[in-house]
Amino acid sequence: MDETMLDGNAAAGDLQALFAVEVTQMVGVCDGCGRTGPLAEAHTFVLAPGLTLRCPGCDAVLVRLVHLPDRTLVELSGLRRLELVS
Amino acid sequence: MSAPAPLRWQTARIAEVREETPRARTLAFDRPAWPGHRAGQHVDVRLTAEDGYRAQRSYSIASPPGTPRLEITVERLDDGEVSPWLAGEARAGDELELRGPIGGYFVWEPAKGGPLLLLAGGSGLVPLMCIERHRRAAAPEVASTLLVSARGPADLLYDAELEGSAVLTYTREQPPGWTGYARRVDRELLAAVAPPPEQRPRCYVCGPTSFVEVVAEALVALGHHRALIKTERFGATGG
Amino acid sequence: MTSFLRVSPVSRGFRRREPSGDASRIPPGQHLVEGFPVLSAGPTPHTPLDQWTFTLDGMIDEPLRWTWEELRGLPPEPIRCDIHCVTSWSKLDTEWEGVSLDALLEGVETEAAYVTAWCDGGYTTNLPIEDVTDGRAWVAVGYDGRRLEPEHGGPARLLVPHLYLWKSAKWIRGITLRPDDEPGFWESLGYHPRGDPWQEQRYWGD
Repeated sequence: MDETMLDGNAAAGDLQALFAVEVTQMVGVCDGCGRTGPLAEAHTFVLAPGLTLRCPGCDAVLVRLVHLPDRTLVELSGLRRLELVS
Repeated sequence: MSAPAPLRWQTARIAEVREETPRARTLAFDRPAWPGHRAGQHVDVRLTAEDGYRAQRSYSIASPPGTPRLEITVERLDDGEVSPWLAGEARAGDELELRGPIGGYFVWEPAKGGPLLLLAGGSGLVPLMCIERHRRAAAPEVASTLLVSARGPADLLYDAELEGSAVLTYTREQPPGWTGYARRVDRELLAAVAPPPEQRPRCYVCGPTSFVEVVAEALVALGHHRALIKTERFGATGG
Repeated sequence: MTSFLRVSPVSRGFRRREPSGDASRIPPGQHLVEGFPVLSAGPTPHTPLDQWTFTLDGMIDEPLRWTWEELRGLPPEPIRCDIHCVTSWSKLDTEWEGVSLDALLEGVETEAAYVTAWCDGGYTTNLPIEDVTDGRAWVAVGYDGRRLEPEHGGPARLLVPHLYLWKSAKWIRGITLRPDDEPGFWESLGYHPRGDPWQEQRYWGD
């Protein structure tokens, strides 16, 4: 087991700083396998040149985030859909 | 729940440092501008060196909502970069930056009800103690079961507060005459300690990734519904 | 409301801990570390060796494939090199064992200008072909006198020490020879297509 693997809670600060809303409760649908769950449960890899959130079911990449000196890049294409209870 | 919550770095001054164990300290901050937080949330902490070098880590908030000072408990990692400063060098009057509160998934408040089942591995006890402190202060009628796994008595955080009210398991070293659990949490231990699934306890599991995986899967195997299990994995993000 | 630039307070006594070393061997913006940090964008793959293959395909007449046994049958070379991670740590005099990419490409005729290394777990990275030929790249199977451990990319990783370490793709399974430069995992999200640490080519536009 990868002891260095965390979960979406570890991405919460970076994502909230970007989107200005709490994201860990947001429910995401994996575009790879259709699994549905809160982003907090995504398998998260932070020891890297960027942040990667993966589907706990199929390991497909859901979200990637990179901090460049002058901007932050986010890729969400692994999420088919995001749901937020209002 | 989806209210805008922009995060900004703010300067914070340490008001007090308290030793919890030989390796862990609680830092208390005076935060008059703090917006308040929910039990289970965390803050990002950023240190800046004289040459401009910066390092950032996340720490769970230990103080329950409503207390005047914001507190975090930091355990020193031997090869860490930030934790040796926070849990070693830092003293009252020192400054750092905080960002938060962060997190909306791994939180509890009385409105969510109980009974509560709080399962802590090592420093995963910090957010769970925050939840337990909040329960004791704001909703003592909600039942809670707290199970804490620690390497040994010298590593147990908040031991005085936990006295008599938590089930402890010491995985590496036990105190003399210890008759309690002395192994990693497993399904059998959970079956003996946890409320039965029929009571629908709200489960919060926090600790290293391996602890969280084993415990969460064991809870499901015992019949607890996944939707009632919330997990937060702790790990080295650089120390 | 006037906005003003906030200056971060200095945390008294906080500094980066690092061993000292020969500064001329440390590229700009890097610092030395003693350990060997483990970085990854995903879980460690564990492909059984009897299922493991290395493939050379793309702009080549016939794809070439080596089983683990066949790869281990090729003459290995010792490699002693400095490595530089874009996250700012560097390690000097690391010792590896591997098969030169030149040996794998021997006899191969191709007009490819670029390669894409692809790996178990889905990681990819792109490189100009001249950065992986003429003694500049290996498929590494050993580190520090032992078999390369899974957390560091074992059983085999790409090793291209003259570029930032994200180009030394862990858990490599093949190289595709291409006419064009196809951005890989990190290159598609802000990281430099080439990654020369001495020119500090970390990000797009550097």
